[in-house]
Formats: sequence, C-alpha cells, structure tokens
Amino acid sequence: MSQDIFVVIEHLRGQVADISYVMLAAAGELSKGIGGNVIAVLLGNKAEGLAGNFAAVQVLYLDHPALADFTSDAYQKALAGLISEKQPRAVLFGNTSIGADVASGLSIKLGLPLVSSCRSFGADGKFVSQICGGKIMAEGDLPSPTALVTMVPGGYKPEAGQSAQPPALTRLEVAGLDALRVSLAKYIEPEAGDVDIAKEPLLIAVGRGIQQQDNIQLAEDLAQAMGGVVCGSRPVIDQGWLATSRLVGKSGKHVKPKVYLAMGISGAPEHAEAITDSDVIIAINTDPKAPIFDIAKFGTEIDLFDLIDPLIAKVRAAKGG
Amino acid sequence: MNIVVLVKLVPDLVEELNIDPSGAALDMSWLRLIINEFDDHAIEQAILLKERGGGQVTIVAPEYEGVDEVLFTAAAKGADRLIKLSGDASAGSAQVFVAANNHALARACAAVIKELQPDLVLTGVQANNDLDGPLGPTLAECLGMPYVGYISGVTVSDGKVTARKEYPGGLIAEMEVKLPAVLGIQAAEQPPRYVAVSKVRMVMKTAAIEERAADALDPSGGPAVGRMFQPEAAVHAEMITGSPDEVADKLVSIFKEAGVL
Ligand SMILES: Cc1cc2nc3c(=O)[nH]c(=O)nc-3n(C[C@H](O)[C@H](O)[C@H](O)COP(=O)(O)OP(=O)(O)OC[C@H]3O[C@@H](n4cnc5c(N)ncnc54)[C@H](O)[C@@H]3O)c2cc1C
Ligand SMILES: Nc1ncnc2c1ncn2[C@@H]1O[C@H](COP(=O)(O)O)[C@@H](O)[C@H]1O
Repeated sequence: MSQDIFVVIEHLRGQVADISYVMLAAAGELSKGIGGNVIAVLLGNKAEGLAGNFAAVQVLYLDHPALADFTSDAYQKALAGLISEKQPRAVLFGNTSIGADVASGLSIKLGLPLVSSCRSFGADGKFVSQICGGKIMAEGDLPSPTALVTMVPGGYKPEAGQSAQPPALTRLEVAGLDALRVSLAKYIEPEAGDVDIAKEPLLIAVGRGIQQQDNIQLAEDLAQAMGGVVCGSRPVIDQGWLATSRLVGKSGKHVKPKVYLAMGISGAPEHAEAITDSDVIIAINTDPKAPIFDIAKFGTEIDLFDLIDPLIAKVRAAKGG
Repeated sequence: MNIVVLVKLVPDLVEELNIDPSGAALDMSWLRLIINEFDDHAIEQAILLKERGGGQVTIVAPEYEGVDEVLFTAAAKGADRLIKLSGDASAGSAQVFVAANNHALARACAAVIKELQPDLVLTGVQANNDLDGPLGPTLAECLGMPYVGYISGVTVSDGKVTARKEYPGGLIAEMEVKLPAVLGIQAAEQPPRYVAVSKVRMVMKTAAIEERAADALDPSGGPAVGRMFQPEAAVHAEMITGSPDEVADKLVSIFKEAGVL
C-alpha cells in the first residue's frame, strides 16, 4: 500500500494521446493534496521511446508482444497483476475507448472502487465528476484503498503533464497473458472526406435540434451564403444526414475554426471537448441551461427555425452590399 | 445465436434536473426517464444480427417507471423475449433501480443473464448517469466474459464475433472476440428503427413480460457522493435577445468582427 498515483498512459499506433498528459497533470495536482509520487504506467511492445516527456517521477513499463496494440483482455490482465502487487492510492485511466474498456472489469476483479468521468480533483483530494451530459457535477472523497478513476478532458491542460526531464524507466516482466479472448484483426483508416473540417475557418454545426434530414439544407444554405462548411454532432451523423468526415467530437474531429456556429447542439462533453479551441463559439439553443452556453462566447435562445431565414437574408445582404 | 440486450432507463436531459434536499443526489420525484440512447442502438444491432443470421433476442431491463413500454417497443421491433427485473416492492420497486449504481445493477442483472446462457450480450457503451463506469464492462466481469466497447458494427461467425471498435478521428479497430462476450454498443449499423405506436399497442396484447425478482442490491465498488451541483461556469455566453431580425443583425456584426464575413 502506498500513496502513489498511477497514470495508465494511452497511446495508439505510436502516438501518445492528449488525455495521457491531462491525466499526468491531474495526478500532479492530486499528489499535492494527498502526497505520493506520480508514476506513469506504459503498456506496449518496443514502446519505451514514448516515455520521454511524461511529467512523472518514474515510468513502469510493461513490455510484451501481446501488448503491442491495445486489446481490453491483455491490458486488463497485465494491469490486474501490477495493481494488486503495487497497491497504489489511485490509478487514473482515460474515460475513452481504451481506459473505459478495462477500468470497470478491474474494479470487479480486484474488488476496488471506481469513479468515472472525473474532470478534476479538489485540493483535499476530492473527485469532481461530470454526469448528465455536463449538466450535473458529482463530488466525493477519493474512495479507498485504491481508487480506480476514469478521466475526461477539460480540467487540466495537456502541457501541464509534460516535462523536459525524462523520467526513470523501469521495465517489468508481464506474466499471464495467455488464453486471451480478444485480438486485433486490423485497423481501418477513416474515410477521407471532401473537406477537412479541422482546417476550415468557418463551421456551421448542426445537432439533433435540426430535427430531420430535410432541414440540413437550411444549414447548407447558410454555409453557402457565408462561405462556410456544414458539420454536425454524433446523432446527426449516426442518422446518416451528414458524412462521417463531418463529425465533430470525441469520436470525430477536433476543430479550431475562427467561428463555430452551433445550432441545436446541447454541448455534451463528448462534443464540447473538440470545439474549445475555436476562436469564437456562437450557440443557438432554445434550452437556456444547455451546457453549450458555458463554452460559447455568444448565445441566443431563439428557435433556430425562426432565426435561420432572416440570418441567411442578412448575410446575403451584407455580402452584396 | 442467443443474444441478450441489457437496457436501462436514464434521466431525460431535455427536462429540468434538480438536486434533492440531501444535496447529494438527483431529485427523483420529477425525473422523466427514457431509454439510454446507446441501449436503443444495442437493441437495433441485436435485431439486425437476428435478421442476418437468425437466433433469438432477449431484452433484459431492471424495473423503472415506463419500462414496460420500452420492452414492448423492443418486441414490436423484433425482440423475442422480454424480462423485467423487479426490486424490493416495499421500497417502491420502480424507484429502487433509479438510485442504484452500475455495480449493483450489473451484479443483479448478471444473475439473471447467466441463466439465459447467452452467446452474445449487447448493451449501450455508456449512459448519462454513470458514475462508477459503464454497465457493460462491469457486467462482463461479473459473467466472466470478455468485453469490448465503443462498437459500431458487429459480425458473427463460427464461435467468434468481429466488432468494429471506434477510436478518435474515425479510426476503426476490427477486434475479434471469443464468444460468449459482452459488447458496448456506440452506434448500430443503422439508426434505431421507428415503430408506430399502434404496432406497439398490438404487441402489448400478445407479448408477455417475464418478471424476475432481484436479490438485495450490492452497490459496493461505486463511490459515495458527498455533493451534487449544477456547474457554475466561470464564463457564460453573452446572450443575444430580441426579434429574429435583431438577433440576425447582431450575428452578422459578430461574423464581420471575427473576420468570416
Ligand atoms: C463514446 C462516445 C463518443 C461520442 N462522441 C461524440 C462525438 O464525437 N461528437 C458528438 O457530437 N457526440 C458524441 N457523443 C454523443 C454525445 O454524448 C451526445 O449524445 C451528443 O453530442 C448530443 O448531440 P446533440 O447536441 O446534437 O443532441 P442533444 O444533446 O439532443 O441536443 C439537442 C439540442 O438542441 C436544442 N434544440 C432543440 N430544438 C431546437 C430549436 N428548434 N432551436 C434551437 N435549439 C434547439 C435542444 O435544446 C438541445 O440542447 C459520443 C458519445 C459517446 C458515448
Ligand atoms: N425510434 C423509435 N423506435 C420505436 N419507438 C419509438 C421511436 N421513437 C419514438 N418511439 C415511441 O413512439 C411513441 C411516440 O413517439 P413520439 O411521438 O415521437 O414522441 C413513444 O412511445 C416513443 O417511445
């Protein structure tokens, strides 16, 4: 049993994910409150080169051919051994396609408590989690003895989790990675779209508030009048109303336009995390409590269907005149 | 192919959410519950698998206010069997599960699902009120099955399932998973189908909901919440009011200032 804080580093095809640095930053803050060292846990195969800039005192490196790519079964088995042996005070995972696949199973298997969607830690070590699409925060004491925590972005800057000083790296033997039930067959590259929304300066984004496929044309008309590009939230893409390449958010693209005009988008965390680098976010949403208004610079509660026609007309007039 | 879909109901975020007098939980009295949207995708994916390869689809859901309609709607879409897990009636059965965490739900549902001997269990990748991790991976470990989440496409062939797992930026990993397994569905291969209310009504007359009593709930492994609150943002958007024309005028000047017009 120690006060150490483990951070399970997420990486994909040779690239460390931003959430890893966010977690290292969070662990740094948490260690100020509760003591202990920040220790990065890196799973991989010939992956030690990834560890150079982690803001941690030590890297525990689990090297095994079965860990070359993420699979839930191998990661979970490797981590179960490590956590039960070292008994740290907390283990941080991303609330992501990697971390969320393994943290819950470890909680049941090891009989350890799990907190999900944690955004930040208080000075006293309390967790603050984000639920209900960002509309509610839940706070509580970090559970004992070892708290498993999945983290969402937004509470810390990735830069704060980086260091110029390479941490010491300790290679550990991994056992028990046989009889695995999950294996990676292949990666499928994302479909290339006609435009790259990550590079566009003006994005007209539509969400579930657009209601039906026919209404997408309204956004297209506005985009055409302004010289912008239409993109959307997950429900709109899942309905097939826009191409996958136009998806903004956690599972889609991070964008950073000069103007992001969000129409009928609530601003759920999975959407919000990908638009906060925009210069100006403007939100049109009839719900005054929509979380999008907490990240937008300008907002209006007007019904988008009342606003869009006059807006197109005025944009055209401004362009013509 | 014996497919089980585990479904839970969650707060409808369109409605006003309030904190109860304890200050540490949502106020249940006015809460409107709807199906977790990702569970709706899990139902759709199960029906698609059945249509393609045959088999039986069983929906399992803890009892909530409105759960019968959700179950009958799934039957109208093509589910074969409906099972409702009922709680301690003295505590107000329909309220027991709203307040239960996913550790408790997973343990209770695992007991029922184990008996069904499924080849494949599908459930939504997450829900808006998860505070102790999503239900799927917790259930998988209780059942001793492998779990893969963030799935948006499933193919089944001889004893294994191939699942399309989503990573950021549209990257997909094709994962092969030995059966039996639990998958956390992010999106079905097509949007959840619509069924007319009239069809649901007809199904209600013929379909039966089987009830199973849950053992005492065991929430251990979930965190204790000391305080719940609505986030007070450091900065809130500057709100533009007025008629549509006035708001449009203001937006045009913002566009000009930002250099996009
Ligand atoms: C693992 C995972 C990954 C995800 N990845 C993404 C992602 O990459 N991108 C993404 O967007 N989502 C993602 N999501 C989904 C995310 O959780 C939300 O469900 C989604 O962002 C909600 O989209 P929305 O805002 O369009 O819809 P809703 O949340 O339903 O919001 C619709 C909004 O429209 C408003 N509205 C309705 N009518 C009008 C009107 N007439 N005028 C003005 N406003 C109106 C409503 O007030 C409401 O706020 C992901 C979820 C998971 C679990
Ligand atoms: N996609 C859907 N599939 C099945 N049932 C639905 C769907 N959408 C709505 N319903 C049900 O149809 C009824 C009327 O829906 P609505 O009028 O759209 O609110 C409600 O009971 C809904 O639960």
